[in-house]
Amino acid sequence: MKHSLMKKTVGTGLAFSLGMLAQGATADTLRLLTWSNYAPEKVIEMFEAETGHTVEVTSSNNEEMIAKLRATGGGGFDLAQPSQDRIAGPQAEFGIYKPIELDRIDSSQFIDSMLAATKANTTVGDDVYGVPHIWGTSGLVLDTAKAGMVKDYTDLCSDEVAGKVSYRLKRPTLIGFAYAMGLDPFAAYGDPAAYTEIMEAVEAKLIECKPNVKTYWGGGDELMGLMRSGEVVASMAWDTGGWKLNGDNPDITFVAPASGALGWIDTFVLPAKGKADDAAYDWINFVMRPEISAMITEAAGNFTASAGADEFASDTLKAQFQNSFPPEAIDNIKWYPPVPAGLETIEGGTLDRVKAAN
Amino acid sequence: MRNQARLGFYLLLTPLLLWLGLLIIIPHIDMALLSLRERVGVGRYASSLANYGTFFGEPLYMWTFARTAMMSVLATVITLIIAFPVSYYIAKMAKGRTQSALFLLCLVPFWVSELVRTFGWMILLRETGLFSSLLQWAGLADGPVEMLYNDAAMMVGLVYTSMLFMVVPLVTTLESLDDAVIEAGYDLGGSGFSVLREIVIPHAMPGIVSGSIVVFMLSLGNYLTPTMLGGKDSLWFTELIYSQFIVRFNWELGAAFGFMLLFLSSVIVWGTLRLTGQTLEKTMG
Repeated sequence: MKHSLMKKTVGTGLAFSLGMLAQGATADTLRLLTWSNYAPEKVIEMFEAETGHTVEVTSSNNEEMIAKLRATGGGGFDLAQPSQDRIAGPQAEFGIYKPIELDRIDSSQFIDSMLAATKANTTVGDDVYGVPHIWGTSGLVLDTAKAGMVKDYTDLCSDEVAGKVSYRLKRPTLIGFAYAMGLDPFAAYGDPAAYTEIMEAVEAKLIECKPNVKTYWGGGDELMGLMRSGEVVASMAWDTGGWKLNGDNPDITFVAPASGALGWIDTFVLPAKGKADDAAYDWINFVMRPEISAMITEAAGNFTASAGADEFASDTLKAQFQNSFPPEAIDNIKWYPPVPAGLETIEGGTLDRVKAAN
Repeated sequence: MRNQARLGFYLLLTPLLLWLGLLIIIPHIDMALLSLRERVGVGRYASSLANYGTFFGEPLYMWTFARTAMMSVLATVITLIIAFPVSYYIAKMAKGRTQSALFLLCLVPFWVSELVRTFGWMILLRETGLFSSLLQWAGLADGPVEMLYNDAAMMVGLVYTSMLFMVVPLVTTLESLDDAVIEAGYDLGGSGFSVLREIVIPHAMPGIVSGSIVVFMLSLGNYLTPTMLGGKDSLWFTELIYSQFIVRFNWELGAAFGFMLLFLSSVIVWGTLRLTGQTLEKTMG
């Protein structure tokens, strides 16, 4: 009796694992490390129904993505989406990504210029490590009725908005202020001494500006709360944040600063120890389809690098975009070049000192 | 028989050893090695003490640590002052079901996570929050009052989060104090104050010390409360460690900071024990 039961158990176990193996060849679990709203529930359902893969989403941000991958040497996830300027540096330093096999990607679905730019920016040695997905800018989110006079980052320090200002204590703020002060931080990326000098100037400005700040925001939702309640009327934030708030309160919107909005492109990269490359390539090719891209644009609020997706985008979003970006503002967007390894240390000291200043 | 007892001893010891070894000792050795490396080029490292040099060389980091330690000590003292009468009431004055009910009330806030509790304070204290609206409604304030994002708000949060860890050891030690001893104190002509000073506090000392150590360590290592309630001036040492690890990718400096925190907080606890004439054995035993 006991014997036969054991046989049965082994039998079922074997059949089960064989079944798993057979299934494993075609359907994988895709562990996706991305930003919130980049993988809407609806899109995942359609993808799972079409390919049989399952998708597990982890929401994160640039720094956490790299920290997570660094901790495991590039394991734990099959596809990640850091910004294009944060790929070459960490790859050279920690080796956490693997090269993209470009022939497995349907390049006709991408906007050519954007694909070429991202490829160039994410090349280490002879290998390409990233392809573009979603792009957007950061600039000013203003309550135009109360803070219409704010035209550039440095205006956040003026008396009219004292105590009603918020920005992040992170690198985009340093870069933005540097440009607003007439400096050119991107040109100094390769020269640590010149960059340190620029950061010192920015540090002095930010410390001087500190009494104006209500609080440094940490996450997008925190900023939304502050703007919605009217506790903050002028802030430095992403364009989508401004457009989302615009839906609730027509006075609040995104404004491209006079010195130029800062442009970023979030990409697809393969972590070095990813186990489901097939599913990862399937996902990339699936979400870059124009109609799927439009769904992601609707959820995330930002446009994608998918060719032809604009036709499917909603009119509200298009109107908001054109309102915030007159043609000359688009030309004035400053795109982040790749961050050289070690630059964060210089910025880190600056940010720490600003935070500690009274 | 004897061999069996030995085997049982080792079997029982294994989980503890595994716990200590895998989760505490090995990660700490790894961190110690990490903190002794210095980045000399892209992907290249050399062993050096540079990270500790950075900690001592940049006044900002020392200052942040000093501030964190001072604030934690203050939080501990405030917690003790509030928790002592509460514990005394629960242990000595309240009887039967009231006692259990009061004790339970101290426990209830801990059924929700720390994040939710801290967020609750944000809802109360913010400019468009409950207190601000109440003050305006009562005519005590003309406009919105901002009570969030300062050291006082941070202190409120820290005291609130650590209250239970002071009440529990205090109640336990105070309960073991025989009522007859207090009565004897009064019979011998002692005043309320002298009974408190000569009898109650000396008896409760182990509870006070162990509660204070726990609250001090919890405050020192707290990340959430200072970040959320403190706002732009909330410089807390754990925040520095977090940003070195996550934002700056500088694990080496972060590891060094972690060790300095461990070392300095141990020194503070040891120093305080020496100053007050207490020993760890007496407190824990």
